[in-house]
Amino acid sequence: MNPTHPSFLSRIAIAIGSFFAILGNGRLASDITRLRAGEALAADVPPAPAKEVRIEVPVEKIVEVRVEVPVERVVEKVVEKTVTVTAPSHTAALQLLGLLQREARFVDFVQEDTASYSDADIGAAARVVHEGCRKVLRAHFTIAPVRSEAEGSRVTLAAGFDATEVRLTGNVVGQAPFTGTLGHRGWHVTDTRLPQLTDDKAAAVLAQAEVEL
Amino acid sequence: MDTTNTPNTSNTINTTNSIATSAGTASATARFSLGIDLGTTHCALSYVDRAASDGDKVVQGVLDIPQLTGPASIESKPLLPSFLYLPHESELAPGDLALPWSAAQDFAVGEFARSRGAATPIRLVSSAKSWLCHPGVDRRSPLLPADAPAEVQRVSPLTASIRYLSHLRWAWDQAHPEAPFDAQDITVTIPASFDPAARELTAEACKAAGYQRLTLLEEPQAALYSWIQASGGDWRKQVKHGDVLLVVDVGGGTTDLSLIAVQERDGQLELQRVAVGEHILLGGDNMDLALAYGVARKLAAEGKQLDAWQTRALAHGCRAAKEQLLADDTLQSVPDSIPVVVPSRGSKLIGGSIRTEVTRAEVLALLVEGFFPPVAVSDKPATRARGALTQLGLPYAQDAAVTRHLAAFLSRQAGSTAPIDGLHGTQQTPSGSGASFLHPTAILFNGGVLKAPQIEQRLVQVINGWLASEGAEPARLLEGANLDLAVARGAAYYGHVAASGRGVRIRGGTAQSYYVGVESNMPAIPGMEPPLSALCLAPFGMEEGTEVALDAQAFGLVVGEPVRLRFFGSSVRRADQVGTLLDFWGPEELVELQEIEANLPAQGRTPGEVVAVHLHARITDIGTLELNAVPVGGSERWKVELDVRADASATDAEHAAQ
Repeated sequence: MNPTHPSFLSRIAIAIGSFFAILGNGRLASDITRLRAGEALAADVPPAPAKEVRIEVPVEKIVEVRVEVPVERVVEKVVEKTVTVTAPSHTAALQLLGLLQREARFVDFVQEDTASYSDADIGAAARVVHEGCRKVLRAHFTIAPVRSEAEGSRVTLAAGFDATEVRLTGNVVGQAPFTGTLGHRGWHVTDTRLPQLTDDKAAAVLAQAEVEL
Repeated sequence: MDTTNTPNTSNTINTTNSIATSAGTASATARFSLGIDLGTTHCALSYVDRAASDGDKVVQGVLDIPQLTGPASIESKPLLPSFLYLPHESELAPGDLALPWSAAQDFAVGEFARSRGAATPIRLVSSAKSWLCHPGVDRRSPLLPADAPAEVQRVSPLTASIRYLSHLRWAWDQAHPEAPFDAQDITVTIPASFDPAARELTAEACKAAGYQRLTLLEEPQAALYSWIQASGGDWRKQVKHGDVLLVVDVGGGTTDLSLIAVQERDGQLELQRVAVGEHILLGGDNMDLALAYGVARKLAAEGKQLDAWQTRALAHGCRAAKEQLLADDTLQSVPDSIPVVVPSRGSKLIGGSIRTEVTRAEVLALLVEGFFPPVAVSDKPATRARGALTQLGLPYAQDAAVTRHLAAFLSRQAGSTAPIDGLHGTQQTPSGSGASFLHPTAILFNGGVLKAPQIEQRLVQVINGWLASEGAEPARLLEGANLDLAVARGAAYYGHVAASGRGVRIRGGTAQSYYVGVESNMPAIPGMEPPLSALCLAPFGMEEGTEVALDAQAFGLVVGEPVRLRFFGSSVRRADQVGTLLDFWGPEELVELQEIEANLPAQGRTPGEVVAVHLHARITDIGTLELNAVPVGGSERWKVELDVRADASATDAEHAAQ
């Protein structure tokens, strides 16, 4: 809405120009009719949300909104974190157990009481379990050490190190950088490739009972 | 071969040219070249991204194939085991067999089929590819699983192959919705030893699975292409003019042999496949089983009997042990024995497992001495007379010695490089006499079995022993071979090279010359069959898209009645031309193949009328042999069937025998 209106002379020029333009252009004629009937010009009609904001929010509150935007983002982040904490996947855990059982007889092995067996018997079974577990880990996960340094070597952690990947132990005082001895290289998974399931319920069966006919 | 362009074929040459042209324009739009290894035990799909490839830089990958690995569980793996499981209706819960692209499938293909079928072999289809090239059976009729009870709905070897091929197609479309399978160039590999009927059946299976832009490639050639690609241009330094490359491809179920000659022409090295071996049903799986049975015998001697389930578990354990025990002992210390544990079948794993050891001596005795014994080059594989009923099963190689099959192949091909320009006299012994077997100068190994350094060394040692006995230079081992999935990779690379027109190509053509049997014109003598002559129908080395016509002999076909002709192939008679008539041939020169059948449809003619026809042989762009009957002076063409249903009475007898 432009507050400055054309002068009287300009208006005469516009009126004469419009006279011929309306005669020659049916579309313009119908637009003029609608304009005179009181309809707003399309260019003057702001997009719907913007119109609401501009009309309903006084200038003072626009300032408030600016303050609120970062506040709202912070609130959203907190909400997101709560969601991730409350969503563990039972299915994926069961799938992994099922794979360990299928390839490594893992559940069979752990469910048994080892007290009554000789170390040789346990060792023989452990070969099956070890080989199979290794196969499952290799096939379904990409596992890499967190720190590439040799265990026992001195490492220095700069400020802002990732505390989820590195755990400080012992004499934890003062400020970063921290220097200490690497006790364990750590492992982290860079890729997980679990089978897709077409039926989630199937994962709860770690091993089917077998009946030979 | 220029010699095949005789004037009487000129009218048909035009049609083949137009086909080739249309294929050429269509290939301009294919973004990917896909190579499919349709193996006896595993399938694989490799692809070359042609849009991203430039010259020697080839962007290639292997498709991870989604497949069932358990009930309702889908995993992507680079290999699709070539197994088909036909479950009982109450064996699985509804939806257990669902795949992302097919919810209602009532069979399983791949890893789950293999593991499930191991415990229920009566419902497992395996080695469908070997059945597909088994001429003793009707390969379109439902006969697999061979030992299934009556209530199992059997499938034909053709159907099983179609299911594997369809699975690969769906897997591709799932992973690459932006590049539909139908619009890509597809190369499917076949054993070099496949006869024309088996090649045609493979092409038929591919078409039934919806493969549009198809080419067939022989597996040893694919392995060589893979080696060429992997060398990144360096292959030109590893081979030279006059070399004869022996490709030994030992797969899971078959052993495939090919000879490829290297010659220099206009400063460029050219490769030409000069010979292929016979179909030998002997592969890595036989070797793993042999080792497992050997160890099972040892356990039985200790009083530990294994049931079928445990024997399979033992075979699995032995395979892993074998790989460690056959490592190169000059590079690392190889242990003298590896413990192998056969887990219990029940849930009591600790008490019920059987532990044993596989020793290095056992592996060497069972595998290296058993399958690769040192033999003389004059040795022939042992054969024994088969009982009539053995025709029901697959014609497995009766001699397990790969070296003897190799000796027979090289001996049969002695002198086969002589007709090739520029290779005259390269096969002479120092004493001046001709070589008693074809002397290879370089060897390329392919297949999982040949990754074992001790087996590789043994084969090289045996071949070089033969060469030394005739005073020839030892053959060298081509480096950088033995990539995983080399056949699928090589096939994809071939498709890329063929479509772009750049890079080296192996000139192949038909691996055999083909003959039709004609009865000699002589008065009938009671009690004696009229002697049979063989008339050459298609010469050796016919290339894709060429056609020859046999005008020397007209055949009278009765309208509406199928006429069967005896059909022969020869892998050694290279000089025969179309129309060459053989009255006598050596016992190994010609091999009788399945009969072929010509059938004139009755429409437009009177049934019973006799029409004189000429036979035309054409190698299609796909790479299959096509025989047509063309009326003398006419332009119609009727297809002559290569894969004729086995004799009806014989098939009935087979069913009765079951």
